[in-house]
Amino acid sequence: MKCQKCEKPATFHITELTGPKLQEVHLCEECAREYLSEPEASVAAPPTLAGMLAQQLKGGQLKVGQTAEELARIDQRSCPVCGITFYEFRQAGRLGCPHDYVCFERELDPLIANIHGDTAHVGKHPRRGQKGTDRRTELIRLRRRMKEAVEQEKYELASELRDQIRQVEQQES
Amino acid sequence: MKLEELARQCGEWLRGSGPESDIVISSRIRLARNLADFPFIRRCSEQDRKEVEETLRRQIASVDEWSQLSFVDVNALDRVDRQFLVERQLISREHAEGEGARAVAIDPQEKFSLMINEEDHLRIQVMNSGLALEQSWTQVNRIDDLMEAGVTYAFHPKLGYLTACPTNVGTGMRVSVMLHLPALVITRQIEKVFRSLQKISLAVRGLYGEGSQAMGDFYQISNQITLGRSEEELIKQVSDVVPLLIDYERRAREFLIRESQENLHDRVSRAYGILCTAQTISSEETMHLLSSVRMGVNLGLIDDLAIPTINQLFIHTQPAHLQKLRGIELDTADRNIERAHYLQRQLRKRGQDDAAEKN
Repeated sequence: MKCQKCEKPATFHITELTGPKLQEVHLCEECAREYLSEPEASVAAPPTLAGMLAQQLKGGQLKVGQTAEELARIDQRSCPVCGITFYEFRQAGRLGCPHDYVCFERELDPLIANIHGDTAHVGKHPRRGQKGTDRRTELIRLRRRMKEAVEQEKYELASELRDQIRQVEQQES
Repeated sequence: MKLEELARQCGEWLRGSGPESDIVISSRIRLARNLADFPFIRRCSEQDRKEVEETLRRQIASVDEWSQLSFVDVNALDRVDRQFLVERQLISREHAEGEGARAVAIDPQEKFSLMINEEDHLRIQVMNSGLALEQSWTQVNRIDDLMEAGVTYAFHPKLGYLTACPTNVGTGMRVSVMLHLPALVITRQIEKVFRSLQKISLAVRGLYGEGSQAMGDFYQISNQITLGRSEEELIKQVSDVVPLLIDYERRAREFLIRESQENLHDRVSRAYGILCTAQTISSEETMHLLSSVRMGVNLGLIDDLAIPTINQLFIHTQPAHLQKLRGIELDTADRNIERAHYLQRQLRKRGQDDAAEKN
């Protein structure tokens, strides 16, 4: 068999898997090397989280009409539970606590849709907390506030917070 | 359990048996989970990390059937021991190189491990030799249930299991299959295969995960998406593509035999020869040559070695394993000498044993 691109004998028999159906290509070694190393312009490397975040900030995913000021304001917003700012998340690519998914919902939703091509979970559910565990995540904030109250010797507030913590713990477990 | 004892055995994923094990080395599934009432790792204080570790440890200890599990304080291990656990795939590189309170619980058969305070509070992983994704899912799902019986995972009604990185949210599941694809590498088809996998949002990584080189022609194929598809669908996506890859690799091997059996046999025999006689050899070269020998055994070009023997050499010649087996720390130059001696001893001994077994 001759090479499909020149006159030399074909020693490489390549089966194309990417098209709508399998396609056989017969080439000599030289042409095969060229054929196999051809960069495919249509396939970009898989997008990275950092890349998507950068793109999102450039305005691609955010609502039209947002100014640099508004973007800066979003960056400065922080989670009331763990205190992480959106800027910090963008820098590190890691969130600070489960509540971030709630309080940064508007910013995260387009990002999540971009990564997964979907925005709703359809798999396994835990036996407890199927309706969401954000109430339990509230414990992070309550415990932090209690610790601060004790440090500031605000014992009345601390004991109120302790009662609230117990209440949440009992409700949720 | 002492890590030295672990070093001598081979572990589940390199057992070299199971369906399609000439090409499929192992199947692995991991789940990422977080406790609902603690910040994610990045915002955890050292105290938080300790409490997370303690909470999860207590739950692991409460499961009767897990009484044989070894609980290893990763933070207290020295560098070689941490590297050793990475080489065995019982912990990730990120877990080994992290800081602060973190641990791992290891099944004595090394079929599963539970990493605590990795990127997420808990990462459960199950490993099986050969192509065994459904079985792995049954196992990991059950382990997840056993853990969840005593702790509350962070869960969102719409987004599913919440993870520190949005790339894992939803199922928190990564399904991966490790394949040995030397013939696709030799025939220069591997790049093309990878590009087609990327198109259907599957990721390709080297032996030791993210960013690692594809050493010894080992490649891990895994799902990139974790949200919007059920666990079964994600598993199907990976397991559907594996038979195709096996088929391409087999066809490439047949092609090599048909077109130039002498060249292939020569390549395999030379690799075997170097491994048997070298006086100093790097880890990379060892992996590269073992890969050829492994393919040679599968094609019947070498008849005095068995696949489990070669799999064991792959892991035992890794830097930390060499040092654990020898019992002392060695620098790179000394490791290369030790590796060559180890290979000589094992290949001469095993060559005779395996040949005797076959006769």
